[in-house]
Amino acid sequence: MPGSRPGARPSAFERARRLPILGRTLDWGMGPSAASSLTHEAGSRIAGLKVTESVCPYCAVGCAQLVYTRDGELVDIEGNPRSPINQGTLCPKGAASRQLIQQPGRLTKVRYRRPGGTEWEELELEQAMDMIAARVIAARENGWQEVDRQGWRVDRTLAFAHLGGATLDNEENYLIKKLFTAMGAIQIENQARI
Amino acid sequence: MPGLGASFGRGGATDFLQALQHADCILIEGSNMAEAHPVGFRWVMKAKERGAKIIHVDPRFGRTSQLADVHLPIRAGTDIAFLGGLIRHVIENEAYFREYVVSYTNAPTILREDFQDTEDLGGVFSGFDPQTASYDTTTWGYAGDGAAAQRDDTLQHPRCVFQVLRRHFARYTPEMVQRICGIDSEDFRAVAETLVQNSGRERTTTLCYAVGWTQHTSGVQIIRAASILQLLLGNIGRPGGGIMALRGHASIQGSTDIPTLFDMLPGYLRMPHARAHAVTLADHIESGGRARGWWAYYDAYLVSLLKAWFGDAATAADDFGFAHLPKLTGNHSHFATMLRAIDGGVDGLFVMGQNPAVGSQHSGLQRRALASLKWLVVRDLSEIESATFWKDGPEIASGELRTQDIATEVFLMPAASHIEKEGTFTNTQRLLQWRDKALEPPGDARSELWFMHHLAKRVQAHYAGSTRERDWPICHLTWDYPECGVLREPDAEAVAREINGYDVSTRAPLPDFTALRSDGSTACGCWIYSGCFRGGVNQARRRDPGDIAAPGGWVSPQWGWAWPLNRRVLYNRASADPAGRPWSERKRYVWWDDPAGRWTGYDVPDFPVDKRPDYQAPADALAMDAISGDDPFIMMPDGRGRLFAPSGLLDGPMPTHYEPLESPLPNALHPDLDANPAAIRWQRPENPLHTTGDPRYPIVATTFRLTEHHTAGAMSRNLPWLAELQPEMFAEIDPALAADRGIEDAGWLTIETERGEIEALAKVTPRIRPLRIDGRLVHQISLPYHWGFAGEVRGDSTNDLGALSGEPNVSIQESKAFTCNVRAGRRAGPATARLADARLDRPVASDEDDPAAEYPSEIT
Repeated sequence: MPGSRPGARPSAFERARRLPILGRTLDWGMGPSAASSLTHEAGSRIAGLKVTESVCPYCAVGCAQLVYTRDGELVDIEGNPRSPINQGTLCPKGAASRQLIQQPGRLTKVRYRRPGGTEWEELELEQAMDMIAARVIAARENGWQEVDRQGWRVDRTLAFAHLGGATLDNEENYLIKKLFTAMGAIQIENQARI
Repeated sequence: MPGLGASFGRGGATDFLQALQHADCILIEGSNMAEAHPVGFRWVMKAKERGAKIIHVDPRFGRTSQLADVHLPIRAGTDIAFLGGLIRHVIENEAYFREYVVSYTNAPTILREDFQDTEDLGGVFSGFDPQTASYDTTTWGYAGDGAAAQRDDTLQHPRCVFQVLRRHFARYTPEMVQRICGIDSEDFRAVAETLVQNSGRERTTTLCYAVGWTQHTSGVQIIRAASILQLLLGNIGRPGGGIMALRGHASIQGSTDIPTLFDMLPGYLRMPHARAHAVTLADHIESGGRARGWWAYYDAYLVSLLKAWFGDAATAADDFGFAHLPKLTGNHSHFATMLRAIDGGVDGLFVMGQNPAVGSQHSGLQRRALASLKWLVVRDLSEIESATFWKDGPEIASGELRTQDIATEVFLMPAASHIEKEGTFTNTQRLLQWRDKALEPPGDARSELWFMHHLAKRVQAHYAGSTRERDWPICHLTWDYPECGVLREPDAEAVAREINGYDVSTRAPLPDFTALRSDGSTACGCWIYSGCFRGGVNQARRRDPGDIAAPGGWVSPQWGWAWPLNRRVLYNRASADPAGRPWSERKRYVWWDDPAGRWTGYDVPDFPVDKRPDYQAPADALAMDAISGDDPFIMMPDGRGRLFAPSGLLDGPMPTHYEPLESPLPNALHPDLDANPAAIRWQRPENPLHTTGDPRYPIVATTFRLTEHHTAGAMSRNLPWLAELQPEMFAEIDPALAADRGIEDAGWLTIETERGEIEALAKVTPRIRPLRIDGRLVHQISLPYHWGFAGEVRGDSTNDLGALSGEPNVSIQESKAFTCNVRAGRRAGPATARLADARLDRPVASDEDDPAAEYPSEIT
């Protein structure tokens, strides 16, 4: 609790607060007395919820987050007070990260734009995966280079490329590098140099 | 990262955020830390509460400056002149930490006789070939290598590194700093003295930087300059010292450790190069390994990677499949790829969590490249600009491109968010932190892990049974990750176990990378991460902060897991003196416990734990036996930090001040040169650069981040709270410039370059102020870059203004300093309409690679 942390409030203030009647006036508009009866009755909206430990996806400070969910619904994301890095705090982006998940316009279906198309169409996920696999295989076949123009062995394709973000997980990056390198792609990049 | 790697041995921040609280002085430069890393900045404030001096050097007075003791405004892109001035100050005033410098750096090492400095050759080092704009680095070597190295511990030999360095920076006087950077020479001296007074046995200074240093055509050399300064002051490897690289994304460090980068394999191993070292595994290892120091184990790391990828098919008889890896022939970076796409040489592109249509430099060129693809897969949380360029990009608005004519097939795949999947991010201090999954992703949203796994299964099914040599890597690629749940999500922990490494015969997890072997008995997906699953326990999932009030408890070694080997401060052997005693009680961190016969302390020692400080390496010793007990930089063949980098860099062994590619001013130090002569210019009609001093573009532009937005805005502009806090694109300009151009506060202004023009609301403010340089007033403007043409809040994209450019070592663009002009009012037409004609007569796709863009042939 923030109020019980040593040094959070001057001790002189704490002593004055304990005075019989005058002390009570010091609490006007502060601490527990700041909450309305409605708030008291409603209680904490994260009380009793499932808590999952996570990490903020924005900058690289690595603030630990606590994700509160109820029956598969996200209720809130807060800073983890046990983290030695952020000690419970989050910046405006981290504090807003619930809205990253629940943002207006969050995609839940595959959108497909055919060549020359003027509108999005919907695709089933499995069909989209089949189509993407067919295209990356075709690109590899069409663009395969065994040797370059000087006759040096290159065993590669330049016909497809990857550009990744730096908010992907290490495990994800590992599979990207592993599969695409095995397929002969070398144009595998991310925003580390962008 | 090569700046840190070439100086100390590893491409990562040397310290961790909590350690900042123990600094006596913190110099923040090339970073707007209070706004871009607000929670990390709390540790700077903790240091300030304890009495530390905080110095901020930045073109713009921002929140970081407000909270600092000193703010020095600097002309964008002149950081090497400033840092070089500090280096000169430390040397000429004999303010360096002599015992540290003599024992732990290559200051005493004697260089070859044929090395020539920029001061002798008008701004270039020996070995420069003007035809290819590149260096032959042979002459940058030591007079004798390995056991034959010659040293002069008195630092007097004219060819010892210390004297070469002294002469190199002799002209970087406070007056020259004033002339180049626009910093008052007395203010400069005061800052230099503050650093000196807060370094040494009893005190330490930390340097913090971010992309304000990296995004320059001399970016790696800026970080080299910082490294040299910190080595001279004796601040590396010590608590409250070091260089804190502030990465800008949740796992940007992880994205280079396990690189989705063209020139590297996991763990900073090199991709094979067709010409240099690709023929056999032995060739490659010989060129990458080192006889002395930690890189002697390069072979074990590479063979273990090949075993992780190709399993039983990887045998010693077949070089473990090495010959099947694709090979580089030049620069295949993002910019090279997008130019190839414009030329019709790239069929398809996967964009995962990226947004080049507004987030990459020269976005107008990026969008035209996207329109040249046959197919494009975009994976993101929302409908970002890179997925919609074909219907609402500025080139559609201008009529240059017509939607019906764009043949690009686009798959926009819904992605899972950070709480809808599990896995690790590697933060700015090399700390791996595991995230548990809180929710299933909605609808058809999936993780990248799922996407790659199910794509791999389809690709492997297609090629099953193929006997073609080219299909060998696909057919033998190990891919047996268990699937979980109704979504058939691959088990992220299984991937993490492969990254950690295992014994091939027992599948038991390896304790760490010291267990890796080159005989094929071990497999490991990324050697520097080996140990993250030690004992079969997911170490990155640990969440015990420990008793942070105990002595050294602030290190919190049981919270997450840091590479390498859970070390939190790198090179921490240097926190003790050559005899193994702490330099001072105040700065005690890691020390030699003589009765126990081992190194101990608050952190995992960055040294062989039982190597005595008085061990002297025999002349013929190899590998780690060649590292003496007082050589703290164990990745280096000689165990020493590098004031002078004989290898590992393409544009010089020491930093030299060059102007940005686009600058209003000539180079005051080297009048015959302007910018870094080895910089990559990507000279094409679509990529016009402003010449130095072009009167049409007299203003310096620089960019910055707002706290409320993230990069190009894909992760922030759709969030109602954040969008409301920072709804509109604006530009900070100084009152004198505003008055001169008739621009009013909160009125419109247009910023233009040869690449494009954008409009923004003007914030007329003394936060950005003109600098008087060489008798001339130089105006700077400061631009956030978070907006684009899609999303809840929209605005023009700063990245439409910049040109493609490349730092020679890492191909990063110079987005922190370029030239422009400003005028009152809104833009005349769509942002990049002026480039429409540049696309005529373009060259056909070529397999040839630019020889000037070769990549480093050495690791360290």
